Amino acid sequence: MKSDRLLKRLREFLPPESILSEREDLNPYESDGLTAFRQLPLVVVIPETEAQVQQVLRLCFAEAVPVVARGAGTGLSGGALPLSNGVLLSLAKFSRIEHIDPLARTARVQPGVRNLAISEAAAAFGLYYAPDPSSQIVCSIGGNVAENSGGVHCLKYGLTVNNILALRVITIEGEILEIGSAALDSTGYDLLALMTGSEGMLGVITEVTVKLLPKPERAQVLLAGFDSVEKAGAAVADIISAGIIPAGLEMMDKLAIRAAEDFVHAGYPLDVEAILLCELDGMNEEVSVEIKRVHSILQQAGATTVRTALDDAERLKFWAGRKAAFPAVGRLAPDYYCMDGTIPRKRLPQVLRRIHDYSAHFGLAVANVFHAGDGNLHPLILYDANKPGELVRAEAFGAKILELCVEVGGSITGEHGVGVEKIDQMCVQFMTQELALFHALKKSWDEQGLLNPGKAVPTLHRCAEYGAMHVHHGKAKFPNVPRF
Amino acid sequence: MMQTLLDQFSESIRLAGTRRRPLRIRGSGSKDFYGGTPSGEVLDASGYRGIVDYAPEELVLTARAGTLLHEIEAVLAEQGQMLPFEPPHFGPRATLGGCVAAGLSGPRRASSGAVRDFVLGVRMMNGLGESLQFGGQVMKNVAGYDVSRLMAGSLGTLGLLLEVSLKVLPKPQAEATLQFELNELQALEKMNRWAGQPFPISATCYHDHVLTLRLSGAQSAIQATHAKLGGQLMVADDEFWHGIREQTSRFFREESSLWRVSLPSTATLQLPSKQLIEWGGALRWVFTDEDGAKVRALAEQARGQATLFRSATKPKIIFHPLPKPLLQVHQRMKRAFDPQGIFNIGRMYPDF
Repeated sequence: MKSDRLLKRLREFLPPESILSEREDLNPYESDGLTAFRQLPLVVVIPETEAQVQQVLRLCFAEAVPVVARGAGTGLSGGALPLSNGVLLSLAKFSRIEHIDPLARTARVQPGVRNLAISEAAAAFGLYYAPDPSSQIVCSIGGNVAENSGGVHCLKYGLTVNNILALRVITIEGEILEIGSAALDSTGYDLLALMTGSEGMLGVITEVTVKLLPKPERAQVLLAGFDSVEKAGAAVADIISAGIIPAGLEMMDKLAIRAAEDFVHAGYPLDVEAILLCELDGMNEEVSVEIKRVHSILQQAGATTVRTALDDAERLKFWAGRKAAFPAVGRLAPDYYCMDGTIPRKRLPQVLRRIHDYSAHFGLAVANVFHAGDGNLHPLILYDANKPGELVRAEAFGAKILELCVEVGGSITGEHGVGVEKIDQMCVQFMTQELALFHALKKSWDEQGLLNPGKAVPTLHRCAEYGAMHVHHGKAKFPNVPRF
Repeated sequence: MMQTLLDQFSESIRLAGTRRRPLRIRGSGSKDFYGGTPSGEVLDASGYRGIVDYAPEELVLTARAGTLLHEIEAVLAEQGQMLPFEPPHFGPRATLGGCVAAGLSGPRRASSGAVRDFVLGVRMMNGLGESLQFGGQVMKNVAGYDVSRLMAGSLGTLGLLLEVSLKVLPKPQAEATLQFELNELQALEKMNRWAGQPFPISATCYHDHVLTLRLSGAQSAIQATHAKLGGQLMVADDEFWHGIREQTSRFFREESSLWRVSLPSTATLQLPSKQLIEWGGALRWVFTDEDGAKVRALAEQARGQATLFRSATKPKIIFHPLPKPLLQVHQRMKRAFDPQGIFNIGRMYPDF
C-alpha cells in the first residue's frame, strides 16, 4: 500500500499528533535496545484508546500492511525493529494503572506502564510485582509480556509468565480476546502462556493483569569471592542441594567484577576470579537462620571471602554493582554485545572455558555475568565498531556462544527473546518439523503473517541456507573435527 | 525397546490420520472421569516410561510420560525434593503424562504455582506422528512459542506427550497446620488478607465453618507465624491434606454432581449448596444437581468459570464454554497440531 493512502486512512480515525511520518519524527523509532539493527518504518502511530488500536489493526489487515508493536523500546534482540513497508504501533500512551486490588493482590494496568511503576504503586499496600528485569525503571509491562522477561529474582519468584493472570489482546483482524482471568485458572488452552514471550507475533496486548506479592519482611545479601569459577559454580550447587532457594543468586567473573567496581565502587573484592551474590528473603526468623547456613556453605565451598551486608544501604550497594554490570563493562570498550544463553548450571565451568577459547580465537575480550540460580548466562563481548571487521567478529563470536549453549543442553535465549538477532540460531535449536509447527501456530492467529513478520521464527528456507555447520540437539555433524 | 514404542506410536498416529479414525490417548485411566469421553481406539501411552534424567542440584527432572507419578515423587523424596504443584493422582497408577495433560494442581497451587508453571520442556508427537521437542531442561527459555506450557491442561487434544522436564523444589524443612472457626465471609477475608503478608502459607481449605491453613518453611518462621495468627495446631495434618488433594475426605463422599468453580479469590459464589473452598478463595468445589447452565451463570456472576468435575452421566457441555472468538482460535490451533483431527476428539469441547 502506498504510504500516502495509508496516511489518509489513518487520519480518518487518529488525531494528527498520533501519526508520525516525517523522517526526523521517525528517527527515534529506528531501533530498540539492540542498536546494531536500524530501520525506519513507513509510519509510526501512537494511539490512545483500545478502539484506535483496533482500527489500526483492522486497516492493516484489510490492506495487508505489516505491523510492529513497540513498548518502551528497551528490548535487546531487535523484536521491535521496524519494517520499511510497515506501521510501527507505539503503545507509549497506554500508561495508566487502571486498578489495584490490594485484597485480591492484583493490578490491572495498560501495556505502556513501566515495570517499576507497578511496584511503586503497590508499595502503599505492602505489595510488589516480582519480575525485575535490569531495565525495570524504563521497560514496559507490555514488552515484558511479549518477551517473557526475567530478572535477578526468577529462581524463587518466576518469570513474567508465572506472574500474570490475564491479558486483553487484539488480533490482527481486530478481534478483542480476553485471555486468562482474575481467577487462577481458566478453561481451554493456556493461551496466557502462549502469548507470553510470543514477541508480538500473535496479537497486540492492550491490558495486563498482574499478580502482586507481599513484600518480604526482610532481605539480606551475602557476597562471596572465589579463586576459581569452578568453586563458585560448585557453591551454587551446594546451596541448592541444601534445600535453600535464594531470592537472587548472581555470579560475575573477573572482568565484570573489575568493571563494576571501577564504575560504582560496590565494595567487591578484586583479587578473586569470581564473586557470588546470594540474597535470601522471607520472614525475619527464617532469614536469620538461612543466612547462617549459607554463610557456612560458602566457606566450606572454599570462598576466600564471605561478607554479609551490614545494613540495607550496603545490600543495595552490593546489588548496584551487579545491576550496573552492563554499562560498567560498556566503559571498557567503545561497544559491547550482550548475549543471553541458558545452560544447565553444572556445565558452567566447561562453557566458560570454551568461551575463553573463543575469546582468544576471535581476539575479543569477554566479561561474564551469570544468573547463577537459573542458568542464564550473559557474556558481554567487547569490540570497537569503528575498527574494520570487529562487529562481524563479535557477531560470529556471539553465534558460537549460543550454539555452545544448545550443544550443552541449554537455549539460545533465556530472557531477551529471539527478535532479529538470534533468528539464525533458532535453526540450530529447532528441527524443521518444530519450526514448521511454530509457523502453523503463527498462522492460526495471523494467517497473512502481518504481525511482526520476520522476527522470532526463521523461515525454513533461511535455515537451509544457514545449515552449513549444523549442531542439532547437542549432536554436531562432525564431532571430531576440532573447532577453535 | 523405547524406540520401538515410539515407532509404534508414530505408526498408529499416521494410520489413524490416513483412515481419519480418532485416537483416545490414555495412560492409566485414573482421570477418565474428567472431561468428555473421547471417541476412537485407545492409544495406550503407559508403556513409554522411566525417569530419563534427574539432577537434584539443578532442580530439574525429566521423565517419560508413562512414568508413574508416585515413582517420581518417591525418587524426589529421596533427595528431599518434591513436585511443587502437589498434583492429585486420583489413582495408584496415575502417570506424569496424564498429570500434565489434565493440568490439575493440588493444595499448594495458590502459593507455589500450577503444573504449567513447572513445565520446562516437552517431547511430544503431533498429529502427523512426528516427534517434536520444545523448551528444555533449563529454567529460562524464550526461544520459540511456549508449546511446553501450552501442552499442560490441553487434555491430549494437541498431541501425544512423550517426555516432560519439570522444575522441582526442595521440600519445606517443616510444616504445620492451623485451624480456625470462622464463617465463610470471615474466612475469605482472612485468607486474602494473610496472603498479602509475608507468611509462609502453603495451602488453605475452608469447609463447614472451619478454616484450615498449612504453613511450610523454616521451623522458626512457622512458630513465629503461629504466634501471630493464633489458631489450633492440627495433628495428622498430612492425612487431612492428602484427603483434600485426592478427594477422599468426607466432603467428597456425595452422590450428586461435583463442580469445580475457578473464580477470583475475593468473590462470593451465590450457590446454596455444599461447598469446599481451596486456594485462598480462588477454587470452589460444589456438590449440586442444579442445571449446568444455572451453575455456569452463577459462576460467571462471580467472574469465574464452572467445570463439571465428576458426575454420574456426562452431558455435552463439561468445561465452561469459550466465547466465539476464543473458540475459533482454539479450533485453528488444534488444526496446527493435529491437522487430521484424530487426538482425543470430544475430551475438552464437543468437536476437539
